[in-house]
Parts: sequence; C-alpha cells; structure tokens
Amino acid sequence: MINLDPLWLTAKLALITTIILLVVSIPLCYWLCYSRFKLKAVIEALISLPLVLPPSVLGFYLLIAFSPENAFGKFLSDYFDVRLVFTFEGLILASVLYSLPFMVNPILSGLKNLPPALQEAAFTLGKSRFTTLTKILLPNIRASLFTGIIMTFAHTLGEFGVVLMVGGSIPEETKVVSIAIYEEVESMNYDNANVYAGILFAFSFSILLAVHLIHNKSRKTSLY
Amino acid sequence: MIQIDAYKMLETANGKLPLDISLTIEKGQFVSIYGNSGAGKTTILRILSGLTKAEKVTIKVEESIWDDSNKKFHLPIQKRSVGFVFQDFALFPNLTVKENLEFALSKNDSKEIVSELIELMELQSLQNSKPQNLSGGQKQRVALARAIVRKPEILLLDEPLSALDDEMRFKLQDYILQIHQKYNLTILMVSHSISEIFKLSDKVIVLDQGKIIKEGTPQNVFSEQKISSKFQITGEIISIAKSDIIYVVQVSSGNNIIKVIATDDEAQEYKIGQKVLVASKAFNPIIQLLT
Repeated sequence: MINLDPLWLTAKLALITTIILLVVSIPLCYWLCYSRFKLKAVIEALISLPLVLPPSVLGFYLLIAFSPENAFGKFLSDYFDVRLVFTFEGLILASVLYSLPFMVNPILSGLKNLPPALQEAAFTLGKSRFTTLTKILLPNIRASLFTGIIMTFAHTLGEFGVVLMVGGSIPEETKVVSIAIYEEVESMNYDNANVYAGILFAFSFSILLAVHLIHNKSRKTSLY
Repeated sequence: MIQIDAYKMLETANGKLPLDISLTIEKGQFVSIYGNSGAGKTTILRILSGLTKAEKVTIKVEESIWDDSNKKFHLPIQKRSVGFVFQDFALFPNLTVKENLEFALSKNDSKEIVSELIELMELQSLQNSKPQNLSGGQKQRVALARAIVRKPEILLLDEPLSALDDEMRFKLQDYILQIHQKYNLTILMVSHSISEIFKLSDKVIVLDQGKIIKEGTPQNVFSEQKISSKFQITGEIISIAKSDIIYVVQVSSGNNIIKVIATDDEAQEYKIGQKVLVASKAFNPIIQLLT
C-alpha cells in the first residue's frame, strides 16, 4: 500500500495556492487591463516568465532569496520568525509565483475581451469601480475565472522543479506526489511510482477534459 | 441651462483633429448633433458625461460645475446626473431586462420607477429575458429605460436608432418623444438622419471637422433660405434614371418615395445618397381631404 500523505499534501498545496492566486489576480488583472501605467509591459512580461523559464531557475533564485543567510530570508526570520526554505509555507509562496500566469492570463484576456461600454454604462448609472467589478465584469467572465482556477490547480499539482529546489523532500511537509514518484523510481519501487503517476495522470486529464467541455458549452451560449 | 466649452485633440483615422466647441443648451431642450463620421459627435457626449477627459473644458449645468480644467476640477462620472444610451446598447449580459433596470437604482430608491418604465416601454413580457435573446429594437428600449431609471437631468443618445429598420425607428422615435415629455429631460442626441432630427429635436448642431459650423432649428439649418415655398421636405436621393430627354430623380423621405424631374445639367450635380430638400411652390401641390 502506498503512503497517502504526498497525495493529501499535494491537494492541500494546490488548493491554497489557487485560493491565494484568485484573490491576488482579480485586482491585479483589473489594474493591468485598465491602467495606463507606462511600464505595464514589464510587469506583464515578469508575470509570464514562469511559462518559459525552467522551473529549476525560478526555484534556484527563490532558494537564494528565502535563505536566512540573505537579506530577504533573514528579514523574515528575524522579524516574523518565518522560514521559507524546506517548509510548506515556502512551497506555497513558490507555487504562487510559479502558477501566477496560469491564473492571470485567462482572467486578463477575459476582461480585455469585454466591451468597454459595459463598464462605462455601469459608471454612468452611478456605480463605483468595485460594484462594477463584482456585479458586472466578473459575472461576465465566469468562463475565464473557471479556466484560471482549474489551470492553476492542475498546474500546481504537477510542479516538480521548483518544489524540489525550495522544498526538498520532507515527508508531510514538502514531499508532494511528483517528488514521491521521483523517489520511488530512484529506489526501484516501480509499482508505487506507477500508482502515484496513474492517480496524477487520471486526475489531471479529467480536470482538463472538464474545462474543455465547459468551454465548448459556454461558447455556444455566451455572447461575449 | 447647460454651458459646455471644450477643446480636445482627437486621434482619428485621418490624423489629428482638434475638437473645439462652445455650446449652450436650454433646460428641457431636445438637441441633435449632426455631422460626418469622425467629426467628434460622440466625443461631445462622452466629455459631457465624464467618460472622456478633454485638455481644456468647462461644463456648467444649472448652478453646478461639472468640469473646470483651469481649476483641475473633474466631477466623477458617477456623480453626474446623466443617462447614456450607447450605440451598441451595452446591456449587461449576466442580468435580465428587469435586473438591468434595477441595477441602476441606488440603495434606498423605490423600485416603482422600474415597473413604471417597464410598462411605459412595453417590456412586460420581456422583463425576465436575458439581453442576448432580444431583438435590436427591444434592446434599444431596455437601454433607453435603463438610462432613465435614475431620472437624470440630461439624457445622452449616441445614434440610438441607427441599427434599426424603418418601422422600428418610427416606433422608437415615439418612445423617445414620450420620455422627453413625461420626464422633462434635456436630451442631446447624435443622429445621421435628417428626418429623425426634424421629427424629434428643437435645435440642431452641425459639426464638421471638430467645429460647429451651423446651429439653429432643424428648419433653419437644413432648409435653403432662398426658396420661397410653402411646402418642403428633406430626403435622400436613392436613384437617378434617364427617361427620354429628362432625368427622373427618386428621393426617399420617411416612408415615401418622391419622383422629381431634373434636367441634364441638374442631374449631373446630383449623386445617389445626397441629402436634398424637395420644395414646391404653393400653387403646385394637390390637397385632398381625408375623411
């Protein structure tokens, strides 16, 4: 029988990462969509960087940054008693940065595709930016929000390089499924590796299948 | 009284164009803005509503200042008492017709006005439908009703009827007239249709290349003063055909098509699509009593 802890830990990591990213990405995307800030392109490029950067590069930089030997890590350790290297908290922060484009890109393109007159109409009806965002804009990009949530969750399930760098493989703390598979293979336990891999494969596939089914449906019914 | 002075550099397809206007509108007046595409008509509505900022602008509505660029004052859109009907309606797709209207209510407003408008605009049977299931004319009625829920001082209509067929247009023109009278609104409408302007407005402003080139009653602005006639209508040339030695020019006006004879020289000057005035001397028309 395989150890279920890595599965549970992976699900917990993916869930927390998704929630944090949803909360962070909505205001971020609103700002990216409507602001006339000149250096916006730089920020958009930075957000998309994890899509092309090898996870080990990102993981390496985070490891350096989080290390109590260095300024940022020392600051966190001295003032907040928080350590981010080889801890679950560190894993969450790394996952948030790593999966950021998977949440931001669908929400941003959803907002950009809405006719600008929708927001303007709400303003002329006396509504604030916040009311307009929550009552009009977000409900009209439900499909994009859903895609963002699912893609972020699925992507966090599958991360390996960043986790290995920042988290290592501490049971019940940082040993997620992808790391567990790697270790089972290293110690020639192919049967266990097979079970872990099978679960991850089946789960990821069904999530993506659901996304596409829902998208096809919403394309038929939605105007925008 | 509404006083607008505005200067803004517009970025158009043909390069930069300065919009420079000064305009006074009396309370309760129905004013149309007429002009070529890209002349800056919509921008005037957007500046008045606060959706677009101008480089230099002062807007005074009755006693309150909405914009004063000298003092860097810009009243937020939300605080301006305007209703805006957008060219593409801008109905909220996630809300039903009734919810679209209710969205415009403030926290403590009574819902009475919503039911009143639903009745006035004959939307009862549609009130639970989503906007994507409505026809163009129905959407336009909802957009019009929604813009009035807050009982604004000024109603801004951006080519509200351009996407509709003639029958629907005439019906909606009547709705607009009804609303104008019932709620005593000041209305500013962008329109391409001279017959519509004649039917609805008290005053028309002709805009060309960002400047107001004419203003006055539709009669004065669109009619040639030198013709001393008792009978005149405006329309658009829809065909010019040669018939023996003369030309027959067909002019469409409202629901009618009028055939007018033209000489060779005259026909050379006309083009299909031109706006024209058809006038006749007093002795010419035939009068028949309608019983």
